[in-house]
Amino acid sequence: MAVKSSVQQNSRAMFRAALKRPAVVGSLLVAYILVAVLILNSLDRSNLWFPFYSTLTFPVLVLSPFIILAAPVRGWFKGVLVAALLFLVIPYLGMRDSSYLELVIQICIFAGLALGLNIVVGFAGLLDLGYIAFFAVGAYTWAMFTSGASTVFNINGWLVSGSAFYLFIFLGIFVAAIVGILLGLPVLRLRGDYLAIVTLGFGEMIRVIANNLDQPINFTNGSQGLFGVGRPPVPFFLRDGVLAVESALGLSIANVDPLSQQLLFYFIAIAIIGVIIVVARRLDNSPIGRAWTAIREDEVAAIAMGVPLVRMKLLAFATGASFAGAIGVIYAAKQTFVSPESFSLIQSISILAMVIVGGMGGIRGALLGAVIVTMLNLLVLKNLSLQINALRNIDFVIPIINYHIRDWPTQLEPAKYERLIFGLLLIVMMIFRPAGLLPEPRRRMELQEKDEEIVDEEISSEAGDEQPVVSAVRPDAEQA
Amino acid sequence: MSSLLDVRNLTKKFGGLTAVNNVTIGIEPQSISAIIGPNGAGKTTLFNLLTGIYKPDTGTMMFDGHSLVGLRPDQVNAAGMSRTFQSIRLFHGMTVLENVMVGMHSRLNISLFNTLTRTAGFNRQEVHVKQKASDLLRFVGLAGKGDEVSRNLPYGDQRRVEIARALASDPKLILLDEPTAGMNPQETVDAMALFRRVRDELGVTVVLIEHDMRVVMGISEYISVLDYGQKIAEGTPDEIRSNPRVIEAYLGRRAAGVVEPETSAEVN
Repeated sequence: MAVKSSVQQNSRAMFRAALKRPAVVGSLLVAYILVAVLILNSLDRSNLWFPFYSTLTFPVLVLSPFIILAAPVRGWFKGVLVAALLFLVIPYLGMRDSSYLELVIQICIFAGLALGLNIVVGFAGLLDLGYIAFFAVGAYTWAMFTSGASTVFNINGWLVSGSAFYLFIFLGIFVAAIVGILLGLPVLRLRGDYLAIVTLGFGEMIRVIANNLDQPINFTNGSQGLFGVGRPPVPFFLRDGVLAVESALGLSIANVDPLSQQLLFYFIAIAIIGVIIVVARRLDNSPIGRAWTAIREDEVAAIAMGVPLVRMKLLAFATGASFAGAIGVIYAAKQTFVSPESFSLIQSISILAMVIVGGMGGIRGALLGAVIVTMLNLLVLKNLSLQINALRNIDFVIPIINYHIRDWPTQLEPAKYERLIFGLLLIVMMIFRPAGLLPEPRRRMELQEKDEEIVDEEISSEAGDEQPVVSAVRPDAEQA
Repeated sequence: MSSLLDVRNLTKKFGGLTAVNNVTIGIEPQSISAIIGPNGAGKTTLFNLLTGIYKPDTGTMMFDGHSLVGLRPDQVNAAGMSRTFQSIRLFHGMTVLENVMVGMHSRLNISLFNTLTRTAGFNRQEVHVKQKASDLLRFVGLAGKGDEVSRNLPYGDQRRVEIARALASDPKLILLDEPTAGMNPQETVDAMALFRRVRDELGVTVVLIEHDMRVVMGISEYISVLDYGQKIAEGTPDEIRSNPRVIEAYLGRRAAGVVEPETSAEVN
């Protein structure tokens, strides 16, 4: 008995040691992604259980970048895996089923917003409940100049063509940053709760302005919204590429043009998120980022140590706003419709929830929060409702308890419980992980680097001694 | 000899309370001075007025030839006057090194463009900032503790980090608000040695608020005594020790032994 338990312990230790070896972990990661892709690839929309299966599988794939980044493998390998995922796997799945592409674009949009809000709330500690206003500013900047609605721009022939899109991303950044500074100047004298309430008010103001600026001169088309918003032209090589992949893999794509358009938005969104991550990291890792952290920790001490409070706060506000502005331009073009309802308070709160769930102050945390909350809203709950509907239609009966899904009241559809589940999620987070799922890495950066060095040494020393252990254990392992 | 800091007729009222009342103090360059007085005498208020956290009602404050009146705290810091706080106000979540690096803010070239493009100048500055912060930590006796989160340091070490952070902006004058409060006797002796080295090795003028008379008498060359917002005495430690008004302020009139018993009864 004693011998056996020691062997078990040995094999467990060996298993743990194996999980620290880059080669083992790397192959596990590749296998993990491949399995997820194969399952998603084999799913059939006409299958009764399709919503359920895709709810189970797609999050696994979308969360894999975070697992890859946290895994103990070499940096270049992480890069290759994430790049393959972003530029091969997801476009491929999108070609098979464009709803996945749509979902990933939505995740990117919210991730950009979460990263922007994270600068304001996470880095500088300024609680902004009206952040969605800057998103609206970006969206309206593009929509007003391209919409087919009878606005003053349309009537006077001031519209621009879709090819001005890329220029307007920069314009959106600029305009949102200006609005951020203008809103920030009067409100940044306030702190904490007061700041939150005033920013909430300003956020609502922007929405109300958008709602009412159809008179006397029609800028925003009021509550009817701006429809027919322009889109960037799809470059010919992207469409050709889609066709080439289609014939090479034997796919049958129903609508090549809309799909190419979606793919274009996907790549634009990925590029913007990439830029935003780099900008956020560089800011965080600079005197500006340190000043923001200092302001968040103790305003009085920060200003006494020479940090110009108003200027640094305005910079945080403007930076966060500019991210939202850029994302807003993309959002307007993708939706081709912009109306004030898209920019309500609940949206600001959702984005704040993403930052809180992910972990305030960390870039990876904000991204994870955006992925989780967006998937919960747009995939999990929606698909559960679809599943219930599908089962209802065929009069599915749960065996043993003999329950007819048909009898499940429509009021209890999961999609209608978005807010409830949101609230529960936040409460659970506050109780068990108040710092978020991935707490801010910055503070522990130096400590972690030390830990990694120690781990590396352990691995190399263990690798030397490992041979005899493996051979000693092998017979027993085979028996098991 | 011209004063580095020249405060004249400074007054600050909070409603009906006159926290600092017509105070005039001059601080000589390269000196170590102390401001003492019973609790509530207006010492910390005076520091807050000097560093721009409060605005004085009347009076002038000249520092190194420039007026401090109307400057924001960050401008005062940039002008060369830095401080520590009575209750430690470190950036608790940041590492010790980062705390000191923040203290250098007013001496840095902060440009959004350089930060985002990581110019060679930016990288050089970051290396310099890190180097200087570690040097300062070594100076205050915290070599090798730069990577610790400042919250986790023992109390006495946190006080040292605050001093290093205050020194990071290359100040001409440093204001220490009760820097040895809560320290044990050995830590206090070490701290006194540190204050002397700040003056002797870095050439920084030191002004401290202190209650511990061993520190005050042992280290300061010049002492000003505040009571109820007013300066009641100033002079060398020996002069202060024998000044009847000071003894009266600290121990009451009877102990001072200079006033007739019946007058003291009136006061009480």
